[in-house]
Amino acid sequence: MRTTKLEKKPVEVVNNSDLMLISKQSYAAIDKWIAKYHPENRQAAVIPALHIVQEENGGHLTIALMDELALYLNMPTIAVYEVASFYSMFEHKPIGKHKVSICTNISCMLRGSEEIVEHLKKKFAINLGETTTDGKFTVKEVECLGACVGAPMCLIGREYHEYLTPEKIDAILEKLE
Amino acid sequence: MVSIEIDGKKIQARDGALVIEAADDAGVYIPRFCYHKKLSIAANCRMCLIEVEKAAKPLPACATPVTDGMVIFTKSPKAIDAQKGVMEFLLINHPLDCPICDQGGECELQDIAMGYGSDVSKFTEKKRVVKDKNLGPLIATDMTRCIHCTRCVRFGAEVAGVRELGATGRGEHTEIGTYITSNVSSEMSGNVIDLCPVGALTSKPFRFSARAWELVERDTIAPHDCIGSNLKVHVCNGREVVRVVPRENEAINETWISDRDRFSYEALYSDDRLKTPMLKENGAWREVDWETALQAVIVGINKTITDSGADRVGALAAPTSTLEELYLMQKLMRQMGVNNIDHRLRQLDFSDQQQAPVFPWLGQPINNLENNNAVLLIGSNVRKDQPIAAHRLRKAGVRGSKIMTLNAVDYDFYMPIMAKIITSPMDYKHQLAGIAKALLAQTKQPAPNGFEKLVSKVKITASHQAIASALVEGSVSSVLLGPQAINHPEASTLRMLAQLITLLSQSQLGYLSEAGNSVGAWMAGMLPHRVAGGKDADKTGLNALEMLHKGLRAYVLLGVEPEIESAESVIASRALNDADFVVSLTSFSSEAMRQYADVMLPIAPFAETSATFINAEGQWQSVAGVVPPLGETRPAWKVLRVLGNLFGCSGFDYITSDDVLTEVKQLTKDCQTDNTVVWCCPAPITTNSNADILVRIAEVQMYAGDSLQRRAQALQNTHDADFAAIRINKACAKKFGLKDGVKATAAQNGTEITLPVVVDDNVSDNSVLIHCGLRDSAALSTDFTPISIRPV
Repeated sequence: MRTTKLEKKPVEVVNNSDLMLISKQSYAAIDKWIAKYHPENRQAAVIPALHIVQEENGGHLTIALMDELALYLNMPTIAVYEVASFYSMFEHKPIGKHKVSICTNISCMLRGSEEIVEHLKKKFAINLGETTTDGKFTVKEVECLGACVGAPMCLIGREYHEYLTPEKIDAILEKLE
Repeated sequence: MVSIEIDGKKIQARDGALVIEAADDAGVYIPRFCYHKKLSIAANCRMCLIEVEKAAKPLPACATPVTDGMVIFTKSPKAIDAQKGVMEFLLINHPLDCPICDQGGECELQDIAMGYGSDVSKFTEKKRVVKDKNLGPLIATDMTRCIHCTRCVRFGAEVAGVRELGATGRGEHTEIGTYITSNVSSEMSGNVIDLCPVGALTSKPFRFSARAWELVERDTIAPHDCIGSNLKVHVCNGREVVRVVPRENEAINETWISDRDRFSYEALYSDDRLKTPMLKENGAWREVDWETALQAVIVGINKTITDSGADRVGALAAPTSTLEELYLMQKLMRQMGVNNIDHRLRQLDFSDQQQAPVFPWLGQPINNLENNNAVLLIGSNVRKDQPIAAHRLRKAGVRGSKIMTLNAVDYDFYMPIMAKIITSPMDYKHQLAGIAKALLAQTKQPAPNGFEKLVSKVKITASHQAIASALVEGSVSSVLLGPQAINHPEASTLRMLAQLITLLSQSQLGYLSEAGNSVGAWMAGMLPHRVAGGKDADKTGLNALEMLHKGLRAYVLLGVEPEIESAESVIASRALNDADFVVSLTSFSSEAMRQYADVMLPIAPFAETSATFINAEGQWQSVAGVVPPLGETRPAWKVLRVLGNLFGCSGFDYITSDDVLTEVKQLTKDCQTDNTVVWCCPAPITTNSNADILVRIAEVQMYAGDSLQRRAQALQNTHDADFAAIRINKACAKKFGLKDGVKATAAQNGTEITLPVVVDDNVSDNSVLIHCGLRDSAALSTDFTPISIRPV
């Protein structure tokens, strides 16, 4: 079977003056992930690294941040853009304080996620993917988050919320500052 | 080998071959989009689904290896059903804009949809629309048409060596592009146009100029670099070249061509094109018929020979000229007693031309480059100079071969480089001497005559040791001299040292020569000291540089513009303007040429004339003209033949260009293909080149090598053509008070030019990269005359 041979590039020492946007603490956290893989496979740490960088930047990524990360992980910039644009957890525009990610995949859809979506759209007068004018909430649609057993569900911040009803989600949002 | 059965046909297939490969070999067609024999397997289009006996589901032929006894059905109801299903999915989002799509009529999707598509789709949803992208001046995009086969993405990563395109987004929102606005900068980028199975990526210069079924495809050869890539030219109305695509030749260019070879055809229809013979009378140009023009040439040359003697006449030809042209030019000149004949306009050091091989060549077949275990490149920006050679070397490098460089600029080769020495061109000889010295110590071979003294002051560094060991250890290894070494002011010393290195390390010496017919020019005798077949001339004439330095009374030019192509452009310009009579056989006229020339004869460029080119590996490739010459233009071999008759020379009764070719073949049949020259010890090398002297790195700008490239508009709009600048590293910039982007003045020998500064840390110390081949930088010489740079 023919396979593509991965090109083994020597790991180049990155000139520190090129790395400016990501903090030392974040780099330390990224290094922990890099250490889990073979030195030739630094790029394997790209997903956790993007999470770290996104969190530090207040919830979204920028081209400059991704470019810096590409340099650090020794990968083509386009390869970082590919990963960052593929996964719905990565944001490319500033978002609200709380990100409400509603699953609309098959199980949640069958159990009424459409009703939840409609409710939130009406409640905040925004469309999916938009942020409330006070900058508090961003509502977006995501693919299956692996909690079909509790459908319909959503992810807010890092918390899963299951068996949603319009009343239940109102109560959850009420408690958020 | 394993035995398999495809559609009831029993065949033998290579062990481990994929079903699609075995089927292709057996002549059984399986539809496909993402599979390409030169790229890795993606198996993402699913178009090649086939039925395999005992397999529960259809399998993708491109990702299924054959096994002994496999029974495959490519056209069974199950296979067809699967393929039709995939086709329906692929067409969900594909626009039905074939009538306005450039790919229409030559589209793989269109063709396969004819076979497998249904006339009605079950999908009634809206089709998606993808925002269009701008990938630069060469590639036109219509990304809504993209079916995400990712051939272009894999080409970038695997062949071009630079991953610029990618698939961003997910599912229905997937888009192919650069994500951020940026041009695709690879020198081989045009190949994605051929790879794209739909109309998403098409040729920008060709856009909307013709439909596929209006075109006739004819074969030709690229004249630009020394590879001689095989081309197919698409001709519209039997007259106009509208597009160039690769012609597969596994031994030379595989299925690829460089952008240079693909887009240079645009020059054929540039405004500069000379269409009728022109004659200057009393300082004014007028169009004349051929008879008048040729008569003027006869009178002009004969008058000069009578008044000043034949040794005051010189002939200069471009190494991109055809073999027939070069041969006839030197034959004509020699019969008239003119021995000042040359094609080496950019060369500076001619001191060892008597010992030079019959023709300096690559020393190996082009496809052998990828078999090398160790390669030392000297004075070569191979990626830009000969992109196809770079691709072969890259294959070796990616496989783990040791690619090493000695250059004045730390070029990005997009391949792993084992060792590199980046130093001023003045320092090349020290470095080569160091490598040779290290080799002598390592191999314990006796030093050749005088070598001890030569290198007594040279110190061996770790890099020298590493390069020496790699060359010795490599079972197949090469030392390749690039154009910057061939045209180096100390080329003879470099050649001698490079040869010594190859002898000590048992490697192959090779030349990555400048142009499409450099080898041909040597074979044809377009040289002052040798006639066709490499035999010594009865009388050695002046070389290209001497001809211009001495200021002859008359010049005959064939396809050259010495005022920018010569190593000494200023001297060339002066010599031509001071001459009594200059005749230029040319496809293009320029302001400068109208100044110095007295007669301009329009000759057919590439594609308009029958031609033979000999590439770097010594391969003779002959092609017929693919379109009739434009206007009054005539093939140069015919012009030279008629001139031969008019001058009363003997042996100019050729009827076809084949007659000329036969004659050259006869004369060159005993030519030895050997690059070795007799050891002749260069002068001793002092340790320290003067560190305070700033010298010019005279690299020819990527698209300024010959008159065609310079007039190909799309190429001139690329990033690679954007080089009229003073490039200098940070330390030197600081030393001279220069700032990035701010203009500065470069002065050399009393002439000055002002250009913007580009601070580029890839440039070595004590040197400045000012590309040559450009009118903007023609005032500077390419030798080691010191340059001073100051802010404006």
